[in-house]
Amino acid sequence: MLRFLLTRIGLVIPTFLGIILLTFVLIRLVPGDPVEVRVGERGISPERHAQLLHDMGLDRPLYVQFFDYVGGVLQGDLGTSVVTQRPVMDEFLTLFPATLELAVFAMLFAVLIGLPAGVLAAVKRGSIYDHAVMGTSLTGYSMPIFWWGLLLILLFSVTLDWTPVAKRLSDDYFVDEVTGFMLIDTLLSDEPGSFLNALHHLVLPTIVLGTVPLAVIARMTRSAMLEVLGEDYIRTARAKGLSSLRVVAIHALRNALVPVVTVIGLQVGTLMGGAILTESVFSWPGIGKWLVESIARRDYPALQGGVLVIAALVMTINLVVDLLYGLLNPRIRHRR
Amino acid sequence: MKRRLLGAVAAAALAFGFANAASAKTLVYCSEGSPENFNPQINTTGTSFDTAVPVFNKLVEFIPGTTELQPGLAESWEVSDDGLTYTFHLRQGVKFHARGGFSPTRDFTADDVIATFNRMWKKDDPYHTVSGGAYDYFNDMGMPDLISSMSKVDDHTLKVVLTKPEAPFIANLAMDFAAIHSKEYMDAMLKAGTPEKVDQEPIGTGPFIWANYRKDDRIIYNANVNYFRGKQPIDRLVFSITPDQATREARLEAGECDVIPYPNPANVERLKANPELQVLEQEGLNVGYLAMNVQKPPFDNVKVRQAINMAIDKEAILSAVYQGAGKAAKNPIPPTIWSYDESVSAYPYDPEQAKAMLAEAGVTDLNADLWYMPVQRPYNPDAKRMAELMQADLAKVGINAELKTFEWGEYRKRLQEGEHMMGMLGWTGDNGDPDNFMGVLLSCTSARQGGQNIAKWCNEEFTKLIDQAKQISDVEQRTELYKQAQAIFHDEAPWVPVAHSVVHMPMSKKVKGYKVHPLGTHIFEGVDIEE
Repeated sequence: MLRFLLTRIGLVIPTFLGIILLTFVLIRLVPGDPVEVRVGERGISPERHAQLLHDMGLDRPLYVQFFDYVGGVLQGDLGTSVVTQRPVMDEFLTLFPATLELAVFAMLFAVLIGLPAGVLAAVKRGSIYDHAVMGTSLTGYSMPIFWWGLLLILLFSVTLDWTPVAKRLSDDYFVDEVTGFMLIDTLLSDEPGSFLNALHHLVLPTIVLGTVPLAVIARMTRSAMLEVLGEDYIRTARAKGLSSLRVVAIHALRNALVPVVTVIGLQVGTLMGGAILTESVFSWPGIGKWLVESIARRDYPALQGGVLVIAALVMTINLVVDLLYGLLNPRIRHRR
Repeated sequence: MKRRLLGAVAAAALAFGFANAASAKTLVYCSEGSPENFNPQINTTGTSFDTAVPVFNKLVEFIPGTTELQPGLAESWEVSDDGLTYTFHLRQGVKFHARGGFSPTRDFTADDVIATFNRMWKKDDPYHTVSGGAYDYFNDMGMPDLISSMSKVDDHTLKVVLTKPEAPFIANLAMDFAAIHSKEYMDAMLKAGTPEKVDQEPIGTGPFIWANYRKDDRIIYNANVNYFRGKQPIDRLVFSITPDQATREARLEAGECDVIPYPNPANVERLKANPELQVLEQEGLNVGYLAMNVQKPPFDNVKVRQAINMAIDKEAILSAVYQGAGKAAKNPIPPTIWSYDESVSAYPYDPEQAKAMLAEAGVTDLNADLWYMPVQRPYNPDAKRMAELMQADLAKVGINAELKTFEWGEYRKRLQEGEHMMGMLGWTGDNGDPDNFMGVLLSCTSARQGGQNIAKWCNEEFTKLIDQAKQISDVEQRTELYKQAQAIFHDEAPWVPVAHSVVHMPMSKKVKGYKVHPLGTHIFEGVDIEE
């Protein structure tokens, strides 16, 4: 187990370095620099342009900048945003709780609905229910997030007035920022009704962001279950006279979970991608929008730092998923 | 069941929401983005300027909705006969905001003005390098070379000496970068070792006190009860940051926003039809144009340039590209600027005549490149589409235009170098002064390589007129000179002036007293909302 863990962590380091190098180089390959991007029509004299680049340290040779950056990262310093002049880590930590809160809800939504739906579809294979689940999940999987979000807003928020259009909290509430997680902050605040209001704001974004993972999880659960349900030991379990529920929930589902958990782990990456679009539609103040803007403004430190932290998170989650296999399936745990 | 639950949650939330809103009169402006910071000295975008406007005053200010000037923190001023010395009489009894850890011990004085300008001007000022220290507008408006000295006569009298007479100087002082900061606050933050707080948690004298900012989420301002023009009709102003255009419109329709900027022109009619909304409109302080590089034949021939002006169907462009949110241009300045010459008659759309003129000039089967911007700009919502329409129009008169574009920064640089034959660009005004368009975009000085005159057109008579106009402060005399300059521009036709975009501001009918500002800033001073 320890050896497995060490090997996995050993693999993380080169991946990590690769990501640093890639973001560092890619953003600099985009034509234009932070100074040029902000001057607009008015233009700038070459001397002043050079001076501003010098002030940002961007006139040094690339490799010097790179090693300087890596040195900073190793000491936990992600640099300062060239747009807002604030430390990148501060900006990230201000925005990340919003993304995390939404991602957790979307994942819960996807798992809590996707898993049972997939199991039921497998158990009742070939029924109308099965076809319905498969059809709906294919639609969900193919749905452009942006369009789907706007559609829900127009129907539920503008026309029916059931849900708020956007943001995390109504503008009538003034809740102090303690943790950055709106649900926790509203509970801590003395504004009555703000918790329900925050929850209410989560409904549509959760559905929109959770749709694709939901569809993937439902389909994966169904096919994994179908495979397991055909195994000999399931027949044996049934022959022993175990209740149908027990067979499905204990014997089949647990064995079917390994590929499902893998897919759930992989969906974390997808969630981050989806968060960019979902946050855009719902004006959700998370990191997705921040990263896109960093590209547009050539805010090198912000983009590099943001991508780095997200990559680290995704890698950590996938590592945890790998470790979870062992819990789910003892055969993986003992394998050498 | 799910539906009923949602309904119940909604009802509960709404009930609490209303109960809460009743305590303070709040106006929600759904702005389009987060500011870089709250100090207009160092930032450059309209989005950032908007967020500083509620907090600050300037010595001289624009009358909301116009490019005319009114006294701000300076009650009055005199200009010496040689146009070099300006004496400002400052308003007395003006209080800076008190907030959190800071409460001012004295009123506004000339020291505050000097400290504000020194930060941008003097390289040895302790604040000069704080927050990146790039004072783009101060530098771009030529202030470092223009101001010779700035001195305090007494607490409420300030003397500014210029190096040369320059009439637009007063208009420059009304620009956002000239917002007056508190010297006391700057000193306190420097002492505390957190000078950047001056830029992130601003203190000013303005109608609203900055209270709170959460990045990409919202900015909260409370009304300043000590404001020198009186307390505002609303108690609280919220900038609810909503970058997506469609979401912004939906939020307005659902009543989550009271005012939104930059709607999609295609949706303006729909918003107008909503009985709960009103849409204010005004021509923006901008111009979108196609410049012909007069240094490259055959565009050195005025006949060719006039012919191209007649070959392009502006009406078609206005409906296809601006979708009704634009007005055809005929002058280099927009009609909201004083001295705009109504009497200039635009070139008619006449391809036959254009063809004849080209033949007269000996131009047949011309191959020319036509450059278009890779990005959307306030004065041109879709440059590529515009280029395609122009290409088709030019083909009708026998000109084969090849479309070209580059990355935005590269694009501007190459245009300024003069690499193009025909190139699209535009301009948004900074201070509402005609010189800010004609001087910057069409003078001989800026026709040099790398300069902003991308037609590379240098007409000495034109330049003489605008130079002369820049040196006198009498508005009537200046207007006369600018009108003559516009006539020359029309005859010489270095550009095809295409359009001035129209700014639409959709808002709830409950909002009273909002005026669309020609300079593009969104101003909430004096705005009220019915409960």
